[in-house]
Amino acid sequence: MTAVARVYRWEIAKLLAQKRTYLGLGSAVLVPIIFVVVLVLQTGGPNDVPLGRNIRDTGLAVPFVVLFFMSIWGLPLITALVAGDIVAAESHNGTLKTILTRSRERGEILTGKVLASVTYVVVVVFAMGLVGVVAGSIAWGFHPLTSLSGTQVPVGHGFALLLASLAIYALPLAGIAAFGLMLSTITQNSAASVVGALMWALLMQLLSVLPGTESFRPYLLGTQFEAWHGFLRVPADWAPVIRSLWVSGLYILLPLFTAYVVFLRRDVTGE
Amino acid sequence: MSDPLPVETQGLGKTYGDIVAVEHVDLSVEPGDVYGYLGPNGAGKTTSLRILLGLIRPTAGWARLFGRDPLTEGAKALDGVAGFVEGPRFYPYLSGRRNLELLSDFDEPVSRARVDEVLELVELRDRAKDKVGGYSHGMRQRLGIASALLRQPRLLLLDEPTTGLDPAGMRDMRNLVRRLASEGITIMLSSHLLYEVEELCNRVAIIRKGRIVYQGPLRELLAGTANRYRLRATEPERARLFCLSQPGIANVALDDGELGFSADEEAVAALSIALGQARIAFTTLMPETQSLEELFLGLTGDESSDRDREAVAS
Repeated sequence: MTAVARVYRWEIAKLLAQKRTYLGLGSAVLVPIIFVVVLVLQTGGPNDVPLGRNIRDTGLAVPFVVLFFMSIWGLPLITALVAGDIVAAESHNGTLKTILTRSRERGEILTGKVLASVTYVVVVVFAMGLVGVVAGSIAWGFHPLTSLSGTQVPVGHGFALLLASLAIYALPLAGIAAFGLMLSTITQNSAASVVGALMWALLMQLLSVLPGTESFRPYLLGTQFEAWHGFLRVPADWAPVIRSLWVSGLYILLPLFTAYVVFLRRDVTGE
Repeated sequence: MSDPLPVETQGLGKTYGDIVAVEHVDLSVEPGDVYGYLGPNGAGKTTSLRILLGLIRPTAGWARLFGRDPLTEGAKALDGVAGFVEGPRFYPYLSGRRNLELLSDFDEPVSRARVDEVLELVELRDRAKDKVGGYSHGMRQRLGIASALLRQPRLLLLDEPTTGLDPAGMRDMRNLVRRLASEGITIMLSSHLLYEVEELCNRVAIIRKGRIVYQGPLRELLAGTANRYRLRATEPERARLFCLSQPGIANVALDDGELGFSADEEAVAALSIALGQARIAFTTLMPETQSLEELFLGLTGDESSDRDREAVAS
């Protein structure tokens, strides 16, 4: 096993030993369950959101609707909770100097943390999506999905589209994680980084709904949370998907680059 | 060319804006030394050790461990080196054993048996399964030593290893340091406890306000300044007047029936003969060994400004 892989494995082990990880993951899987329970008990529904009218047709539609609601602040908060803490907590506890005085280079340690943060984001998104399918299918069955173009999509294909959508949805979320990790590295303060990353996400959402931002709206991070719509059109619209790949990529790479520059040179003093 | 020294620094300095944490620190620790790095709180001991461990970047000079500079070589410079600054820190939500397993994976992985071995050595085997969050300060210090030993170091850097321990814990820690030194590990430990350094170390550096004021063998430090002698005579007043007239005898003072004076060994030898010839009987004539404490106060002076700087630097 390479050095980075060992660091990564321990970063995951550390996440698994901390309450905040389960707090985030738990909320992410609880939301679709609550969503389904409420919709079973109530009539009416989220008619204004993509696939909202079709939510009672099939369990496959549930995750897509939940993705919309969770993109505003739910998932950014869950992401920031872990990514904003991942370096700062170690600065605060003084464990950063403990691991920096072993044989691993700083770059290897930060890479392990980056990979662990990304893993967390991916696990959260997919757990939320899959729990949504299961909960929705229990309530309304596992039936073909109605696409955004109004056509019927068979269940197998629909499920594949869901997986692709979850994957493309995880990208802008990774952008928020990267921003949180950068703040975590710079501020060395967990609370400030969590709040800062969340504010960043909210600002991105705010800019994408304010008037006058139309010209640069496609390049805002918040817009990328809708890239999956492209998969649900018939035929598939690749433009938003491809744009999200590179736009989200920039939102991931620029903060990460900053985090590396800071982390590699920083004086580690601690308590 | 001879083998590089375990620790060598030249002109080492660290400033934070206008605040000078350390400057012109020249240290050389030789193989097999138990090297005491002594100074009041805030004098720059921890800052120096942080630079050695590659945690902070010096603003002047250089530091090398076995010839490798942590500034340019990163973690590779710590090859064969282990230690901690300001007390070892661990993940409170992991057990003692898990913490050690984690740290060993941040080196080349070691066997579980080796983890057991170091836990046994610091007497933590029974508590290894408990989370570190529930450990006492002393247990954490010992776990710190255990984590350092996992690396099988040739050089141990310990920052105030006994600070905050109860008397039994201090004794255990000192015994451990002695034992490790006897196994051939070079040890550099910082301390503000003078008797501790006197008890453990063969060489010392004394730092004051970020500058080294003495470096060398402890024995020489003690001997070189011990030019005070004490004399007990049957007729103190007559002896005092006699001493005043003798060449090479200075600062004569009579205190509580005992004479104190400064002189070199030759003058003292001459004095003993002269006293006999003058028929002044004496019962005691011995060097007054200055304790490290007094010596230290003489070298470091007022400490208050050190504390002020510490507050800014940390």
